[in-house]
Amino acid sequence: MYSKTVMDHFKNPRNVGEIQGADGVGEVGNPICGDMMKITIKVANERIKDIKFLTFGCGAAIAVSSMVTEMAKGKTLDEAKQISKESVAKALDDLPKNKLHCSNLGADALQMAIKDYENRKSGKVKEQDTTEGYHCYTEEESCKCPYCDSEMHTGEKTCAMCGRKIEIKLSM
Amino acid sequence: MNTINLDYISSNPLLPEVKNAMIEAIKKDYGNPSSAHRLGEEAAEEIEKAREKVAKLITASPDEIIFTSCGTESNNHAIKGVAFAKKDKGKHIVTSDTEHNSVLKPIRTLRTLGYDTTSVSVDQFGRVKPDDVLKAIRDDTVLITIMHANNEIGTIQPIKEIAQIAREKKITFHCDAVTSVGVVPIDVHDLGIDLLSFAANQFNGPSGVGGLYVRKGTSLWPLLDGGGQENKRRGGTENLIGIIGMGVASEITLKEMESRINHLKRIKERLTNGLRENIDDIIFNGYPEYSLPNLISLSIKYIEGESIVLMLDEENIAVATKSACASGSLRASHVLIAIGRDYADAQGTLVITYGRDTTENDIGRFLEVLKKTVDTLRKMSPLYQKK
Repeated sequence: MYSKTVMDHFKNPRNVGEIQGADGVGEVGNPICGDMMKITIKVANERIKDIKFLTFGCGAAIAVSSMVTEMAKGKTLDEAKQISKESVAKALDDLPKNKLHCSNLGADALQMAIKDYENRKSGKVKEQDTTEGYHCYTEEESCKCPYCDSEMHTGEKTCAMCGRKIEIKLSM
Repeated sequence: MNTINLDYISSNPLLPEVKNAMIEAIKKDYGNPSSAHRLGEEAAEEIEKAREKVAKLITASPDEIIFTSCGTESNNHAIKGVAFAKKDKGKHIVTSDTEHNSVLKPIRTLRTLGYDTTSVSVDQFGRVKPDDVLKAIRDDTVLITIMHANNEIGTIQPIKEIAQIAREKKITFHCDAVTSVGVVPIDVHDLGIDLLSFAANQFNGPSGVGGLYVRKGTSLWPLLDGGGQENKRRGGTENLIGIIGMGVASEITLKEMESRINHLKRIKERLTNGLRENIDDIIFNGYPEYSLPNLISLSIKYIEGESIVLMLDEENIAVATKSACASGSLRASHVLIAIGRDYADAQGTLVITYGRDTTENDIGRFLEVLKKTVDTLRKMSPLYQKK
């Protein structure tokens, strides 16, 4: 199912951990759709000097996190801003279609960490990403009813197909 | 190194006797069982021999058994077949929150055809209260469908009590017993049910063949319309080789049932104790008492199931997960949500199933590798770091 590169990064993930006293922190995802990622960066002379990740997720999510940290390490902030979901998937020799969106959050976490760094530097209040509630990333890949697998749209609390109420529980 | 199979529920290995019987059957070049000539008659005889063996496994009469292509077909046949046969009497069906997809989805289809359903909730161990079933029944209820044992958490439902209610209310009762038949003793008369689904690959028989028990006198519309096979109840040429395999598997399973259960119980105890001693922050899902002996459902906190499965696979250990990430459908298991697990815990759930050939050594190695895997993944987990 996974490419050799994905399996390599999954089995030997690079840059695992959390930088204490990081200059920027990016945290995305939630366990409802499967994955959570936290990226911490250390910046010197507008360059990513060190980067680490923590990930709760499937094999693809772990490989993506590892690859993103490899790609960003040593880059200038402007260079790192060019790293996207697409370039990460390409560097991993592609991801399975159903993993492209859900597990491919590494670039988002990186961009959020860079933004956090820039906000702190300019004295802006930290923008909090709210990860509560029923969560869908994009329109076309909405979440599905856990009972009957019918598509549900953001904010819906009752499945239109089977009529069951969907109660959201999070333990974070 | 040999692969340790702890995913028996996906499919059991074939018994050597089953393999032999199937290979011999292939060599014989049987005819079509419906044909009047001798080649056909010989095939028909083989099917009836198998039917007798299969019927014995669940204490039914042979003419109450329909051979199907799998457990899913049996469930579809029972649910749609009763709903269609009784559509003039009513269009309401009672079911439960933890049914298999092959029950949930036929019901979903029926909803689009104007049927109405009530789904009864389960307690924290996944058990239905018979009283809730009674309360869900309406004047237009024509079918109750509740599974015997859950395929994800192993909880066994109070089928006898529910069947009693169904009988008193004169409502047809179907029981999905795919995970139970061949694992624990099933007596259709003692249970008092009208229809029961089962599949050969759950008791060391081949995939692609299942059975549906239909008590005499039960109204049932065919699912596959066609020829007069299976006493006019299921059109389509029979899967002769598979049916022969299922017959042999049934016969041996019945003979070995008691010793198998004792073995499975020993393995379950060893596994449960080993998991408790080796890994912290784990939750055992399911009912401690009313539970299948061949299954353990384990939620491992702070980590995700697919990554556990992949790492174990690298060490030649096969185990299943109920993580959404592995299913490709981006959804957590409805069973785990129904028993109150939160989404993160549901994501980190393993379904460990084993069988007659699983050894204590297998379990020892599994425990060792699992501990290592959990440690590695937790070191990577933001949820574990927040703990």
